[in-house]
Amino acid sequence: MKPKLALYWASSCGGCEIAVVDIELKILDVAGFFDIVFWPCIMDFKYKDVEAMQDGDITLCLFNGAIRTSENEHLAKLLRAKSKVLVAFGSCAKEGCIPGLANFYDKKTILDYVYNDSPSLEAESKGVYPEMRTNMPEGEIEIPEFWNTVKTLDQVVDVDYYVPGCPPQSFQIINVIEAVIDILKNGKPLPPKGTILGAGDKTCCDECPRERKEKKIKKFYRPQEIIPDPKECLLDQGIMCMGPATRSGCDALCVKANSGCRGCYGPPPNVMDQGTKMVSALSSVIDSTDPNEVKEIIKTIADPLGTFYRFSLASSLMKRVQQKNGEDKNRKF
Amino acid sequence: MEQDKEFNPKIVAFLCNWCTYTGADLAGVSRLKSSPCVRIIRVMCSGRVDPTFIIKAFKQGADGVFIGGCHIGDCHYSEGNYKTLRRVEFMKTFLEEFGINPKRLRLEWISASEGDKYAATTLEFETEIRELGPLHLVEA
Ligand code: SF4
Ligand code: SF4
Ligand code: SF4
Ligand code: FES
Repeated sequence: MKPKLALYWASSCGGCEIAVVDIELKILDVAGFFDIVFWPCIMDFKYKDVEAMQDGDITLCLFNGAIRTSENEHLAKLLRAKSKVLVAFGSCAKEGCIPGLANFYDKKTILDYVYNDSPSLEAESKGVYPEMRTNMPEGEIEIPEFWNTVKTLDQVVDVDYYVPGCPPQSFQIINVIEAVIDILKNGKPLPPKGTILGAGDKTCCDECPRERKEKKIKKFYRPQEIIPDPKECLLDQGIMCMGPATRSGCDALCVKANSGCRGCYGPPPNVMDQGTKMVSALSSVIDSTDPNEVKEIIKTIADPLGTFYRFSLASSLMKRVQQKNGEDKNRKF
Repeated sequence: MEQDKEFNPKIVAFLCNWCTYTGADLAGVSRLKSSPCVRIIRVMCSGRVDPTFIIKAFKQGADGVFIGGCHIGDCHYSEGNYKTLRRVEFMKTFLEEFGINPKRLRLEWISASEGDKYAATTLEFETEIRELGPLHLVEA
């Protein structure tokens, strides 16, 4: 009997699904080796197909997307129960990623904006909010509940392994799939629980071919303000690059294309919080000892919190921006 | 008001071994009144205070975080406190954006001979934190 494979997307953009298909002909090996039992993006499966399975029936489940709604959470729990090995696949499942940026706000602020305040709403649809339950002539219909806070997969269920990246790079997906097939075929032992698969154990800077000098930064530039030198370290040039606070594994994809690393492979090993790690790194290279000048230099960074936690806000130490606190500054869109 | 009286702020203080920690010691030996709300963590240099520590302290229940280091130019590892200065500026921006009043983080340069400054600044910080009230972080 073939090992069973499931893939699911929770709160996701679909990019992780495309990344899996992007492994080109290797996908035939996957289809040949595994019995694909659930992959709603590609084939027609229903949730009840999964509900009907025995616990542990699925050999491997690659779960992408964050947990944003009651439906996401239900599927996370269901697939956890039915799967022997559950993998948080991609940045959304692993650390919250772009959906996790909603943790800058709360449910009410988001719904008010989308259904009432957004300037693109037509007058008659202003203030029409989605209702969880609606009675229709055919009966009651129900939509999932929208949670206040976006969570990562491992904040909701037990996770066995992680594959970082937004999305994980195809060559890394191939590495992971080949390793899995090898393990299952040849009865090799599984890696220790919690292992990060398909990535390196250094920082993005370690994979970067750019020349580094002693960094002395007086100003940070927006991309439109500067033409980057193709060989020099981007950070040395004052271009925001998350390389020092990001795990290796993508083969320095963005920096090789003249664009700063945005941090999608998540924090490097032994780093608890990607944002504070970046603060630490930048504090060593800002070229000033005058508090006021330091303030001015920091001001040249566009949206520091959103930039340093672009992928990992939901899994950071703070996890979300405070909202109900009396001293809140009540962030607005 | 009743509640305010019961509020005993928790202040986590990271003090550099060579200056502020010794300054705090001097304050004690000199029998100066300093804030009893301070929980001191001794570090070898203020530059050892990883910004992660600051967030962790708040997450684990601190109402204020105090960092004490040697005066600029006096750091025993020559540049550690410059790094601290920049980190604290960054972290104030961060805290504000996270919805936490940046006044809850305070950096002071206090030398080994400034027991009086240690006593005065910790008391002042305690008063400020009392005015801000307890930091109830919203759990995610
Ligand atoms: S990790 Fe990136 S590519 Fe994958 S679903 Fe999330 S946003 Fe899309
Ligand atoms: S900071 Fe960016 S550009 Fe510089 S070495 Fe690191 S990854 Fe490369
Ligand atoms: S360079 Fe950075 S942002 Fe780009 S793919 Fe690699 S880890 Fe992701
Ligand atoms: S040794 Fe005191 S701040 Fe560095």
